[in-house]
Amino acid sequence: MAAASPTPSPLLSLRRAAKSYGGVRALRGVDFDLRAGEVHALLGENGAGKSTLIKIITGAHRPDAGEITVAGRTLDGLTPALAQQLGIACIYQSPALFPDLTVAENIGLRLEPAGAMRRVDWGARHRRAAQLLQQVGASIAPAAEVRTLSMPEQQLVEIACAIGAGARIVVMDEPTASLTQREQERLFTVVRELRAAGVGVIYISHRLEEIFALADRVTVLRDGQSVGTHGLNEVTEAGLIKLMVGREVAQIYPPAESAPGEPVLTLRGVGCAASGVHGVSFEVRAGEIFGVAGLVGAGRTELARILFGLTPADAGEITLNRERLAPRSPPEAVARGIAYVPEDRRRHGVVLEMPIAQNMTMAVHRRLFPGGWLRGAAEQGLARDFIRDLAIKTAGPDAPGGSLSGGNQQKVSLARWLATQPRLLILDEPTQGVDVGAKSEIHRIIRQLAKDGLAVIMISSDLPEVLGMSDRIGVMRGGTLTAVLPGGSPAAAVMAAALGQNERPDPA
Amino acid sequence: MKRYFREISVTLALGLVLLGLAGFAPAFYQPQPLLSLATREAPTLVVACGMVLVIICRQIDISVGSQFSVCSVCAALLAARGWPLAMVVPASAALGALLGAVNGVLVAGLRLPSIVVTLATMVTLRQGLNLVRQGAFVNLPDSVQWFGLSQAAGQWTLVGAALALLVAFGLAMRHLAAGRWVYAVGTDAEAARLAGIRPQLVTFLVFVLLGALTGLAATMNLVQSPQVQPMVGAGLELKVIAAVVVGGVAISGGRGNLWGAFAGLLLLACVSPALTHLHIEAYWEKAIQGAIILLAVVADGVRQRKQKF
Repeated sequence: MAAASPTPSPLLSLRRAAKSYGGVRALRGVDFDLRAGEVHALLGENGAGKSTLIKIITGAHRPDAGEITVAGRTLDGLTPALAQQLGIACIYQSPALFPDLTVAENIGLRLEPAGAMRRVDWGARHRRAAQLLQQVGASIAPAAEVRTLSMPEQQLVEIACAIGAGARIVVMDEPTASLTQREQERLFTVVRELRAAGVGVIYISHRLEEIFALADRVTVLRDGQSVGTHGLNEVTEAGLIKLMVGREVAQIYPPAESAPGEPVLTLRGVGCAASGVHGVSFEVRAGEIFGVAGLVGAGRTELARILFGLTPADAGEITLNRERLAPRSPPEAVARGIAYVPEDRRRHGVVLEMPIAQNMTMAVHRRLFPGGWLRGAAEQGLARDFIRDLAIKTAGPDAPGGSLSGGNQQKVSLARWLATQPRLLILDEPTQGVDVGAKSEIHRIIRQLAKDGLAVIMISSDLPEVLGMSDRIGVMRGGTLTAVLPGGSPAAAVMAAALGQNERPDPA
Repeated sequence: MKRYFREISVTLALGLVLLGLAGFAPAFYQPQPLLSLATREAPTLVVACGMVLVIICRQIDISVGSQFSVCSVCAALLAARGWPLAMVVPASAALGALLGAVNGVLVAGLRLPSIVVTLATMVTLRQGLNLVRQGAFVNLPDSVQWFGLSQAAGQWTLVGAALALLVAFGLAMRHLAAGRWVYAVGTDAEAARLAGIRPQLVTFLVFVLLGALTGLAATMNLVQSPQVQPMVGAGLELKVIAAVVVGGVAISGGRGNLWGAFAGLLLLACVSPALTHLHIEAYWEKAIQGAIILLAVVADGVRQRKQKF
């Protein structure tokens, strides 16, 4: 199955591509080749650099260093327009079509020459759309509005656009994430046809069985570096998992010292139809850090939102300190002693325009300001205490939240929730986008909080963090908790559970 | 200092205008015309107090002019029937609160964009009033004039009441947790919700408050003239929003305060008498006011661009 034709020059090749966002190095010198007529899978855990690589190939982002060779032209970087011109097309998980326009209009917008005064030949537009749709085996009317199509149908429209544009390189980013088995089979047929026509397909998926069924070669990314490209006849599933996670744990994590106490939170068969979480059961004890691992979209944040009353559970039973818990709003959850430090602190955590002190007291107005009168002294005192305890580097309580670094913003967000004096602390990606130094400080703080008797749920996509910090690790997949592993489990075991692998990979 | 840059610069601009008038047109500083000017602007200031809250909450209400007309006519009809002012004033405020609540329910409850909702209520209220009243004036009993006081005493009462409300709202926004909620919701409604603040309730209440203040302002205008005509509030929304924006309240929500809006209002209000005293044609008034608004908006735009990181 491996591409047999000896292609002297690949369709696309990347040399030493590097890209940083702020202080975070997303790609550190990646080499990558795509041949004509191959399906090349891209594999790696969350944050390994897959999406950054794709963004460089589609021209969405410019690499900081390295070069790209496409169609015989060697460039420092692409723009979206140039990428399109060079025959690169990308099919996203959720297609980027205009929902209120018809299929033919969408295809026309992509493929017909631009020009504000150009007259539209409606007959030709519909004929062309119909022909392209037929080519991808879709029975979709060109006059249908895109919003009436299902997700897989929209993907087929995207593929039709790619074919119509004469794309030589097609990037597919988790295309099967929302497809049923049958839709998936149809998609595979289209991909195989593309391959037969000499198109190079870059295929990103977390589903190993798909990669084995479809791809010719696979490149594994880890920590922004390529750890190897292999023909799929040369590797096993277990071997791939080992490649994905096999790394030195570069950081020292603070050790757990105390034995966990009484169970604080217990879940039995908890589910919420609206957010796709179902049948989750586990317990968290006082003084324990319960890590929650899983791939993006596995339902981890959704679980946190249930516990915080943002999307109330409609199945199962939750108890907090032996009393039934069914929060229907954040204030209810806070009143019961639950705190939730959300992911993406830039959007919903620290208010950048607001002084730090006001940010910290935002969730405790009722306790701190009885009668509704702001008490400046109390607010400043609370802020100073947290600035000292969490070692927040700032000019003072009145500095705006936006003046802080990412790590210190995260500490302010943490302080806001610690001010509510919770018994259960839920952290969602507590160190995302935080530099290494601040990261280990935050880890130290989290461990100290657990030592002080708090029950901590820590959701993280950072596998070493989950492994290093957690006393126990719950792994989520497809909206449910599939495994609870002891702290210090091998990374491969956690990754296997997250990928839905039944057989244990051979021990490292 | 940097935080209050906009308030400080508006205040400085106002100071410069007042200083310039002292130099070139000292006649501006005659007590009686100044008191009249302040009295005329008092109702606008009261509406502006409410508008500041609504705009900080990242909403807008362009129906205040129509609310003002409806409240004026209704209050006048009640007064003409012999209701004492002590009942007319609260009744008008309550009617305003009700009209504000309609906007509030549509914006906060149904999560519709406030600009469209209040555009619709603006037109509906205005046309409804025209339909019912056919443009008829309402003559007021003499006892309503200046609350039955002397003109000077009445004027001082109105100016005093407006300033008292300004100070009360200024202090409330600074020293009440509820004031903090308005800022939090206007800056980041989702963060506020996670922190246990109820954004929809806060949004609803600022609309109600603005309505009540508009109803109150309508009666403050009522006592200044012997009759009320139904177009009395036309264009009020533009005047109020302009003052608030010139005063440094960000139209994108979350920023600004009442002092700034007050200074903005005074600055715009000074333009007309200043032109008179400087013997410049009155046609310039709107052009200059427009230029001031444009300058303020540009200043906000530059400031926001600098803040992006």
